[in-house]
Amino acid sequence: MRHGYQGIPRWIYVLAAAGAVFVLLPLAAVVAKVNWPQFLPLVTSESSLTALGLSLRTAAASTALCIVLGVPLALVLARGQFRGQRLLRSFVLLPLVLPPVVGGIALLYTFGRQGLLGRSLELAGIQIAFSTTAVVLAQTFVALPFLVVSLEGALRSAGSRYEAVAATLGARPTTVLRRVTLPLVLPGLASGAVLSFARSLGEFGATLTFAGSLQGVTRTLPLEIYLQRETDADAAVALSLLLVAVAVAVVGLSYRGPGAAAARGSGAAPRTPRAGSAEPALEPVAR
Amino acid sequence: MSVRINAAIAARGFDVSVTLAPGETLAVLGPNGAGKSTLLSVMAGLLRPDTGSGEVDGRVLFQLGAGANTWTAPHRRGTALLAQEPLLFPHLSVLDNVAFGPRSAGVGKVASRETARRWLAEVDAAELASRRPGELSGGQAQRVAVARALAADPDVLLLDEPMAALDIHAAPLLRRLLKRVLAGRRAVIVTHDILDAYMLADRVIVLEEGRITEEGPVREVLRRPRSRFAAGLAGLNLVAGTVTAAGVRSAEGLEFAGQHDDPLVPGQAGVAAFPPSAVSVFLSEAHGSPRNSFRVRLTDLEPHGDQIRVRAGDLSADITPAASADLGLAPGLEAYFVVKAAAVSIYPA
Repeated sequence: MRHGYQGIPRWIYVLAAAGAVFVLLPLAAVVAKVNWPQFLPLVTSESSLTALGLSLRTAAASTALCIVLGVPLALVLARGQFRGQRLLRSFVLLPLVLPPVVGGIALLYTFGRQGLLGRSLELAGIQIAFSTTAVVLAQTFVALPFLVVSLEGALRSAGSRYEAVAATLGARPTTVLRRVTLPLVLPGLASGAVLSFARSLGEFGATLTFAGSLQGVTRTLPLEIYLQRETDADAAVALSLLLVAVAVAVVGLSYRGPGAAAARGSGAAPRTPRAGSAEPALEPVAR
Repeated sequence: MSVRINAAIAARGFDVSVTLAPGETLAVLGPNGAGKSTLLSVMAGLLRPDTGSGEVDGRVLFQLGAGANTWTAPHRRGTALLAQEPLLFPHLSVLDNVAFGPRSAGVGKVASRETARRWLAEVDAAELASRRPGELSGGQAQRVAVARALAADPDVLLLDEPMAALDIHAAPLLRRLLKRVLAGRRAVIVTHDILDAYMLADRVIVLEEGRITEEGPVREVLRRPRSRFAAGLAGLNLVAGTVTAAGVRSAEGLEFAGQHDDPLVPGQAGVAAFPPSAVSVFLSEAHGSPRNSFRVRLTDLEPHGDQIRVRAGDLSADITPAASADLGLAPGLEAYFVVKAAAVSIYPA
């Protein structure tokens, strides 16, 4: 395969190189700007560690929430047949194109004290806005489409023939889902979850609008970086590099998983491709 | 105790009804797009017909139509499907693939694997138990798929061209295996291959354009085909027409003299069948018996075994390559097909 016909015109490589430089150069600029002697003290300051811890915890929680809500959504969109399916898909994908700050405002008018559900929740003694829960909700709101798109693509390319065979062998729909569908699309699910986690980790606009910037409660790493930039540029740069490192580590580590799973599933079965739309976004970070 | 299916799908022009006696294997033959796989999908519950009913041993599979709307989900039907491709679950070992049916029926892990081992041994694949499907050859994978379908203990086994994706070495092996495991088992096998029907089935139906055009014991249908498709499968020329004193007169006015066992009444519908090997090709009008000599325009020449099959519309003749070269046969040429009356069978349609 490696030596087969590639069919890529040479000038494409030139443009591809320009694209790669465009992504890598700013990262290099951050590295060049880092005040190395002060790096460790800067990133291990109390406020930095608090923000990093909060970021990792909330991103993990919102990834879990994305899986719980996103897997059923992707299944319904890929396998279901009902009126309004296309409309539902459009709405689920809306947060991808919506400015995060708009998402934050929307969430505020849903879960805020004066919001659609907020008033009822307040009566029940639950207050969401400007809490860590709000951070998780904001991150889930913006990250959910990544998981749905990834998984729906994987489900579509896996097809439903294995599921049909499983059903004729006597497996109930729930058994088919658990023992056939989900294992087959595991690579797609994993890459979707990684993307969601990465998106949650970088979430800024919706979080700031809906959850505010309270140290230890809602001030995640991106918010901390933005705040530090005003007063201490060196700290902001150091934290930026930290965020890049965490993102690279997460994506790099998780990406080995789906790759191995896909290799295992090869052979007689059509390989379940990772969702095409998800990949370009991941590769530059993973390398 | 039997299987009865009748189903209609208006959009596909599909209207078929079949029955299966206990222990009977039915072959479904027919050209592409005739509705063979549709029939299996309806039986398996993967496709919902507009109207119709189906039952297995008194158990209702579906009952659709005016005032009736009963539909049994695929997993409750006991109709395991074996497709053209093995479709082994790639993430499970061979053993767990075969154990999938019993596991889904609620049998425990250990007992299911025990059953799976038994069926793997039955299809001579015991040594493959710990492999992944990706490590199997096409023939091995299909054998495992047979074991998986049988391990589910289906009331009816549905086979959709199980040999079609195999190479010529693997197919005979699987055919022998199926002959062994299908003996005395209720099954429906869709196939393109006349040999499958001969070896595996008790009875055959021929589907054309969504309808059954022929039905009966395999040998009977192939010996005396009434549909052009079955005749093609049996390798016979088939001419339908009206019975005359001497034989059969086709719609185009050609008269075929021949032999018949059944008492025939002139004027009734009849068919004349004769093998291509009994047809000679001449460039000019044949001498001798004037009967059974037809002026034709050649349409195709193709290799057929070590012979050349010469086609002229629906009729064909098998001649040696040397004879073909001597005569300078080519598509478009006008020639005469001559067949001895002794080689033509006449029977009522």
